[in-house]
Amino acid sequence: MITAEQKPIEEIREMIAPCKRVLALGCGSCVAECAAGGEKETAMLASALRMAGKMNGEEIQIVEKTIDRQCVKEFVIQLDDVIESYDAILSLGCGAGVQAIADMYPEVPVIPALNTEFMGETKDRGVWVESCIGCGDCMLYFFGGVCPLTRCSKHLLNGPCGGSMDGKCEVNPEVPCAWQLIIDRLTNLGALDRLQMIYPPKDWSKKQGAGPRKIIKEDQQE
Amino acid sequence: MSNLKKVLENGQFAVTAECGPPKGSDAESVLKKAEFLKDKVDAVNVTDNQTAIVRMSSLAACSLLKTGGFDPVLQMVVRDRNRIALQSDILGASALGIRNVLCLSGDHQIFGNQPQAMGVFDLDSIQFVQTVKTMRDNGTILGGDVLNMSPDLFIGAAANPFADPFEFRVVRLSKKIRAGADFIQTQCIYNLERFEKWIHMARDMGLTERTSIIGGVTPLKSTGMANYMKNKVSGMDIPDKLIKRMKGVSKDKQREEGIRISVETIERLKEIPGVKGVHIMAIEWEEGVGEIVERAGLLPRPGYDMT
Repeated sequence: MITAEQKPIEEIREMIAPCKRVLALGCGSCVAECAAGGEKETAMLASALRMAGKMNGEEIQIVEKTIDRQCVKEFVIQLDDVIESYDAILSLGCGAGVQAIADMYPEVPVIPALNTEFMGETKDRGVWVESCIGCGDCMLYFFGGVCPLTRCSKHLLNGPCGGSMDGKCEVNPEVPCAWQLIIDRLTNLGALDRLQMIYPPKDWSKKQGAGPRKIIKEDQQE
Repeated sequence: MSNLKKVLENGQFAVTAECGPPKGSDAESVLKKAEFLKDKVDAVNVTDNQTAIVRMSSLAACSLLKTGGFDPVLQMVVRDRNRIALQSDILGASALGIRNVLCLSGDHQIFGNQPQAMGVFDLDSIQFVQTVKTMRDNGTILGGDVLNMSPDLFIGAAANPFADPFEFRVVRLSKKIRAGADFIQTQCIYNLERFEKWIHMARDMGLTERTSIIGGVTPLKSTGMANYMKNKVSGMDIPDKLIKRMKGVSKDKQREEGIRISVETIERLKEIPGVKGVHIMAIEWEEGVGEIVERAGLLPRPGYDMT
């Protein structure tokens, strides 16, 4: 999923300051899963903003609503009928959600309430970790299901570097060394010989070739 | 040509040292520091923004040293430059008469004075070694474009026998050699037992025949430094008995004790089959190198014609 965290409330208040009527818009997908922008978080943020507004004697009206997916047009059109009555949308979606809404309503300011973080997994209750950088050319097979581009601090394809100690990364002793994990996994799978080869430089044109990447599937366009 | 290469090719026990560029643009200070190394070593490594702290560029400092009559080893990390910049600097280095390069990953930017910097790591050190070798031997850059003149460089890489996982360390060494490392400079050796175990494995795999392994030695200045390196520097292995030994002498004698330990280490390294030289990294203590080299019986240095 795409993970995110809420921005500090003061930063949000500064951005919505000129507005009288704001729609706090939650998203029921990834950011709900990581407890940043779902229905519950949207309600909490809206009431915190109302309370802060009241305490400062500001006339600001915050209405809350959550849609299933801010990044998919078919869900966003639900806003067509109500959008005109707001000065701004405060989006609790990820960066893709904010931009999808902004694209659809060019006249309405769309303000991000979250900092979008990474593509990751729910590791434990309340714990999310980054596991994919979306490089466009998955190499997980070679590395036993552990991505060195994401999980090694130096993105080494031919690691580990000289800073791997007791299974930990030199950058932060809390962080496991991705290369230790790769070596352990491949040892278990009896496939350590995959690490004999020298992996060539990564083709980054698949990630950042020319502007934002696009996928077109003609069979889906009918 | 490379003096270091010549020394190694002639089967002489090589001596290299390290010179960290200044935190400023003062050219004179580079040469002043290096003066302590004159006629004491075969080549001088110039570090590349070590510990991710901004300093004068390694390439510029190497060029100054070259003019001063030294044989510089250009250290290059992949942390700060993508493949375009790395290849470009390789060509520039060769054009300036620099004849040795040491290809490294580099200390992570989080440790330095620019922790907000974007870490590049477009190539890793092994891919970088391979790239330089292809430029030199095939006259082509990544992607196959042909150079109008190949760079003339003796290619080095680093190895750390003290990092984990231990068994994989020789595998990585073999990859660096396959990639094209003519010489290997190791992390500072304090734990000789572990070093010997590592080089034994390397010998068994025939690796010591295919590259020149140069053992790293760093004289300890004080107990504080020893403790710091043991506890704070990842991939550094300082046995307790060495810390005890440093502690056992009074503060004003600790530098002397550090030199003594280094000399003893070098004496042992000279006896280990497969060790072709020693790399003395006297951190901000260039004046200590001459004494170590002399007491280890490594003077005079041969000094070949580098033209």
